Amino acid sequence: MVSGMSSAPAGVAGALRRANRWGVLEILLWILAVAAWFFLPEQHLILAEIVNFAILALSLDLILGYAGIVSLGQSAMYGVGAYAAGLFSAHVTGEPLSGLLVGGLAGAAVAFLTGFLLLRGADLTRLMVTLGVAAVFMEIANQADWLTGGADGLQGVETAPLFGLFEFDIFGRTAYAYSLGVLFVLIVVARIVLASPFGYSLRAIRDNPLRASAVGIPVNPRLIAIYTLGGAYAGIAGALFTQTQMFVSLDALSFQKSADGLMILTIGGTGYLYGGVVGALVYKLIQDVLSNLTPQYWQFWIGLLLVAFVLIGRERPRALVRAVSIRLARLFAGKAASRRVAEEKP
Amino acid sequence: MTALLETRHLNRMFGALQATTDVSFRLERGARHALIGPNGAGKTTFINLLTGVLSPTSGEILLDGKAITGMKREARVQRGLVRTFQINQLFGGLTVIESLALVVAERRGEGWNPFRSIGRARGIDTEIADLLRGFGLESVAGETCSDLPYGKQRLLEIALAIALKPRVLLLDEPAAGVPEADRQEVLSRLAALPSDVAILLIEHDMDLVFTFANRISVLVSGGLFAEGTVDEIAHDPRVKDVYLGGGQHG
Repeated sequence: MVSGMSSAPAGVAGALRRANRWGVLEILLWILAVAAWFFLPEQHLILAEIVNFAILALSLDLILGYAGIVSLGQSAMYGVGAYAAGLFSAHVTGEPLSGLLVGGLAGAAVAFLTGFLLLRGADLTRLMVTLGVAAVFMEIANQADWLTGGADGLQGVETAPLFGLFEFDIFGRTAYAYSLGVLFVLIVVARIVLASPFGYSLRAIRDNPLRASAVGIPVNPRLIAIYTLGGAYAGIAGALFTQTQMFVSLDALSFQKSADGLMILTIGGTGYLYGGVVGALVYKLIQDVLSNLTPQYWQFWIGLLLVAFVLIGRERPRALVRAVSIRLARLFAGKAASRRVAEEKP
Repeated sequence: MTALLETRHLNRMFGALQATTDVSFRLERGARHALIGPNGAGKTTFINLLTGVLSPTSGEILLDGKAITGMKREARVQRGLVRTFQINQLFGGLTVIESLALVVAERRGEGWNPFRSIGRARGIDTEIADLLRGFGLESVAGETCSDLPYGKQRLLEIALAIALKPRVLLLDEPAAGVPEADRQEVLSRLAALPSDVAILLIEHDMDLVFTFANRISVLVSGGLFAEGTVDEIAHDPRVKDVYLGGGQHG
């Protein structure tokens, strides 16, 4: 009886910890990403671009995958972050980390100030509201050409060496390493936030807002909070884009950005943080392969694939990743166990 | 002495339809009180008014003598007014443990904490283990809520409410839809609920009402029709009329 009483709590804490532990696949992915920096030097530019898309999609995963907020307006935060970082670089300093912070704060501010628009209405309303907000920001940037350079894009953006040491070169060496580092930090932060009571309350809202409010969760303030965090992530993605390209244009605020983000996340799957990474990788690879095969029609194939992915189910990728990691974890645990047994036997 | 939960002249209109008519109702500390009435009598509307899903057209709701009439849903929950639902309202994508953990964390006021892992809070594991044991959910603790058999879902529905340590618990047809095989378990878990919690049971099932409650209120056409002890209500000819003549099946 005594042992039963003490083992039950351990089981509970263990189960909660297991759910948030680093998976084998996850670690493998990071090893491969770092290895790519050493072994694929001629691909650094495209890899940096993939990471940028991954962060944009990650920002969307935070709000869609974890809090159930559908959005077609992530470009508003991405673009404002991009312009904020660009202006900061042109007028204050080209130091990249502070520029990233400025971009993140700008994205967060946009999300925080427009988040209340999401609180009324269902998915369709949210899609239209986010779409509308992004369109408004796009037009503001277009009209305010004294500030943004309008259709010509913002001139005079320069990125100083990272930590004062690493120049941003034209081959994307620094850009890829920098982007990957930023993605890593953002994933670590997201993991911490999502494993917290706050993070779980978001999933409760996503799964059942009625019950969430009935267990005392203040639904609307929580939604605004995560929308703001998602905005910060999108702003950071935008800033990163500006810094690595050393240029900002209206493209950063375009509907295409929002659509790309959502498309990538859909391909990679929502709700396990790596949907953006997987989706961006697949998206870019497909784009690369298809645009070599049929330069004019690759969008057609992307569209077809997207339809297929959605029909197979948004849950599929996450389920697949979970199944494979469980299998791998067992494999490793099994090996470790047999090694222990072998060590104990002289 | 003030009642724990009280309504005064509560009214609710839906357009021209009066769904709640001048309901003045008292729920005492530690009560086992049942609210019965034919279909469409306004039981669910009454619960929605109490919990803040709907706001009354006129009248007052008091918890512990203090007006909570215009208060937000979550603020009422934080003050100890908790409900369960007639149709299960679970967090489909989370496991049983995760669901209970987030509810306990919320009750402890940690819901805004974005930094500390949910399993790290002191004593949370013991508390969840107790809830799992208390509701017979240990064997399915790691399973996703949407994958549970119906009987277990029904128990979790109630466990989520108890995890909030309510002072007033509104149970909306807790045995509804439970298969006969699991029914006894649900009933015995209900009987074992902490005795200091005041419970208002909304129920169709007369057997459950008579075994569980010691006081009964009858709601008819939105208004309180009769109230008394189980004996009084069981032998009240007017109540019989309402149920037999009112087209109540069964």
